[in-house]
Amino acid sequence: MHKPGVDPKKLGRIHFVLLISRQGKVRLTKWYSPYSQKERSKVIRELSGMILTRGPKLCNFVEWRGFKVVYKRYASLYFCMCINQEDNELEILEIIHHFVEILDRYFGSVCELDLIFNFQKAYYMLDEILIAGELQESSKKTVARLVSAQDSLVEAAKEEANSISNIIAQATK
Amino acid sequence: MNPFSSGTRLRDMIRAIRACKTAAEERAVIRKECASIRASVSDNDNEYRHRNLAKLMFIHMLGYPTHFGQMECLKLIAAPGFPEKRIGYLGLMLLLDERQEVLMLVTNSLKQDLNHANQYIVGLALCALGNICSAEMARDLAPEVERLLQFRDPNIRKKAALCSIRIVKKVPDLAENFVNPVVSLLKEKHHGVLLTGIQLCIELCNHSEEALEYFRKKCTEGLVKVLKDVVNSSYAPEYDISGIADPFLHIRLLRLLRVLGHGDADASDSMNDILAQVATKTESNKNAGNAILYECVETIMSIEDISGLRVLAINILGRFLSNRDNNIRYVALNMLMKAVSVDDQAVQRHRTTILECVKDSDASIRKRALELIYLLVNESNVKALTKELIDYLQVSDQDFKGDLTAKICSIVEKLSPDKIWYIDQMLKVLSEAGNHVKDEVWHALIVVITNASNLHGYTVRSLYKAIQKSADQETLVRVAVWCIGEYGDMLVNNIGMLNLEDPITVTENDAVDVVEIAIKRHSSDLTTRAMCLIALLKLSSRFPSCSQRIKDIVTQSKGSLLLELQQRSIEFDSIIEKHQNIRSALVERMPVLDEATFSGRKAGSILAATVSTSLNYVNGVATSAAAPLVDLLDLGADEPAAAAPTFSGGNFLQDLLDVGTSPFPSQSGTTQAQKNGTDVLLDLLSIGSPPPENSSSAPDILSLSQDNKISVSPLDSLSSATRPSVQASSTAMMDLLDGFGPSPPPTKDNGPAYPPIVAFESSSLRLMFNFSKQPGNPQVTEIEANFTNKSSDVYTNFIFQAAVPKFLQLHLEPASSNTLPGNGNESITQKLRVTNSQHGKKSMVMRIRISYKLYNKDVLEEGQISNFPRDL
Repeated sequence: MHKPGVDPKKLGRIHFVLLISRQGKVRLTKWYSPYSQKERSKVIRELSGMILTRGPKLCNFVEWRGFKVVYKRYASLYFCMCINQEDNELEILEIIHHFVEILDRYFGSVCELDLIFNFQKAYYMLDEILIAGELQESSKKTVARLVSAQDSLVEAAKEEANSISNIIAQATK
Repeated sequence: MNPFSSGTRLRDMIRAIRACKTAAEERAVIRKECASIRASVSDNDNEYRHRNLAKLMFIHMLGYPTHFGQMECLKLIAAPGFPEKRIGYLGLMLLLDERQEVLMLVTNSLKQDLNHANQYIVGLALCALGNICSAEMARDLAPEVERLLQFRDPNIRKKAALCSIRIVKKVPDLAENFVNPVVSLLKEKHHGVLLTGIQLCIELCNHSEEALEYFRKKCTEGLVKVLKDVVNSSYAPEYDISGIADPFLHIRLLRLLRVLGHGDADASDSMNDILAQVATKTESNKNAGNAILYECVETIMSIEDISGLRVLAINILGRFLSNRDNNIRYVALNMLMKAVSVDDQAVQRHRTTILECVKDSDASIRKRALELIYLLVNESNVKALTKELIDYLQVSDQDFKGDLTAKICSIVEKLSPDKIWYIDQMLKVLSEAGNHVKDEVWHALIVVITNASNLHGYTVRSLYKAIQKSADQETLVRVAVWCIGEYGDMLVNNIGMLNLEDPITVTENDAVDVVEIAIKRHSSDLTTRAMCLIALLKLSSRFPSCSQRIKDIVTQSKGSLLLELQQRSIEFDSIIEKHQNIRSALVERMPVLDEATFSGRKAGSILAATVSTSLNYVNGVATSAAAPLVDLLDLGADEPAAAAPTFSGGNFLQDLLDVGTSPFPSQSGTTQAQKNGTDVLLDLLSIGSPPPENSSSAPDILSLSQDNKISVSPLDSLSSATRPSVQASSTAMMDLLDGFGPSPPPTKDNGPAYPPIVAFESSSLRLMFNFSKQPGNPQVTEIEANFTNKSSDVYTNFIFQAAVPKFLQLHLEPASSNTLPGNGNESITQKLRVTNSQHGKKSMVMRIRISYKLYNKDVLEEGQISNFPRDL
């Protein structure tokens, strides 16, 4: 039972995040609502057809299958997020910008190539910003701190493994 | 080689893929990579698992299948180290979704990781759970997540809060467990925890009225204070976005206040001041500020009306609407739609601006604006707005014309002050965008035209003028052809001139020209051409001087490959040539079409109507027990729904023809009608040249039969006995026979009585059958079906369908309505006629299907009825 006027599915929920290059190549996809693999490719095809063809001065929202897709172009990349009709589109634009700034800080003026060769990193950052399609953190500093803390955990493990393999190598000489 | 040096090789693969010049080349590289990953997977190679999964994720993003990597994710997650788990969880979220069975296997690893000593590993597990957990996992792991809501590190608490949202969405029963933890989350200072706590709180409120009531009492005041603090907080670089402290937190607080204030005057009152402050003080020169204002306006609209807040909100929207930024204008239009129900007058003030937005170059804005204008149209402004919209129709984009046309038609239908205005506007729309006009719209137009007897002449002349200019609009052509067929004489003789008209000179040949062009136009479809043929037949009688010319045009269709056209032209040709004496009576002007019947049908029972028409054929012909034709049609009887669509196109037309012929027998005396009728019938049959000796028996059969539908069967067996070529004309024969309806009504009483039965009952519906039989015709049972709605909601688009085994024949009459009000207040009745060819041997059975819309959702109920009285 829910209150009339407030639908449980219609508050603050991002259904998916897409990063598409100007050429229509997918650079990142994150699905918070269930879509089968087949549906995913179809969604990507449909949306890139709609969004990449829109002119530069038009508004950043397209209505699609009863949902709204908020997109914003940064250099050669389109950042897209799909939300319900009733959601706050302007806020989603801020969330996209929030994500971009965090990427930018991490990579140091991010470009498409960074996201291609370090795509996992982009995902790690997104996972610190959104969970279950909801915003997790509004501080860019906190996100940067959490991601780099985890990066250093990986580095530490690497070094440890290196030193072990060195020890093994020396021992078996 | 060590397990963490995979980076270089992943890079190499990405480089190789990027270097591909063609898609085929790329596929080849991927195929090779996938093959080596598979090999490594089957070797259970630990060293490269990490790197392989990273590669698979990249390959997956390019859209290639990667299901063979799913188990690798699980293995990595189960590994002890952080780096393996990190990439393993990432792969899990990317390569799998919640519907895959494999996911169940990960539950145990997740449980361990949620209890891990390393908080980053706990974080990974929470993130994965929040993004992809299924209902089973939610149940299994909810206690862990609940516990983590009190974890010492705020970064885990916030992740646990979002994870809880997913859990509650999947298993709403668990909502109450989270109520108390949320109350403490809402008191936190950490922005991340506060943000996520608010979101969880909103989710809980959506699921449970009790939770909402609880939060409203306990937290409203505190939240108002938090919002006050955020609004008035000094510069905090960490959360600052263009001079505003943490707009995300602003927005979420406003959103939660909206939920708490909705429907509660006290709560609404307590947030009054802060909402006013946000609405007036927030900077609106940057997107972040506008996002807050937008959210604030929505909250003001949703909570209980207090003081002048709504005026403030509408003013903000007015400012938005005149903003140069398209995004802002878009959200303004969006929000004004909600404001219409609150304060129509205030929104009406912006009508001119909104109308400009309908013509915007941006499709998203156009669409929003059109929806909004549609809401704003009322009796007082309909004329002006329709004019604007129709003017714009001329210059609008092709892909917008469909939407625009539909809306204009709907406005014109809903709010037309008088018929002449309605007809004028519809003609304009048909001329501008006739190809986008839906069938029911032009059907409705024809119904209105027939009902406006003083405008027949005016309409046909307007149409004649319109079609000279826009001959390529299909629906305009249809309506024009139909009207010329009906009122051609008024066109030529300037009958029924209105004061505002200028007389025009149209000769009979000019009128026939229109129809001839239409039938010969290569883009005309079957419906249009069939309508042209009927119009020609009618004109042949109205314009005797053109009769020969018309006959020539009709003759040209005799060779048509489309059966319908061929058949019609052959029949009509024969009428023109041989039956001068009856022609004028046969093509009398259509009687006025009943608007109520039509609008009822338009509302959704189109299918039901077609079913009955198609069954009509089936009944008539199937009884003749003749060869292959019967089998084909029998199939239709078993599956009325499947058979229906084939006839749907011609349905309306058929009805037109049906009605068109009906006045004829009623003019002459009843017996005379039958005599005459038989003649017509035989003459029609004469196309297939029946043996003359049969003609004497035909009248007897006809006059004996109680029901004209039944009378078809002996006649039909007669025809099929003579020559197969008659089959082609049987359709028209049936139509003509329908016209003999007014023959003596069947006597109702005297039949044996059967008790009514409850044929079908579900929680939402009851279906009663009342039976009656005609004396002397034990095979035929008349059933009156009564549908009663047991719920309190209205069912619309109500359609009843039935199917019977081959030994039965079923005829469905149209239902009395297609809307079934709630509480059993009214019922729908529908007549069925079942002929049992195995009467006395087999009892009746029937499968039924009932479909309707409830709150715009389709509902389908099916069942079998086998409790018929035994001797039906």
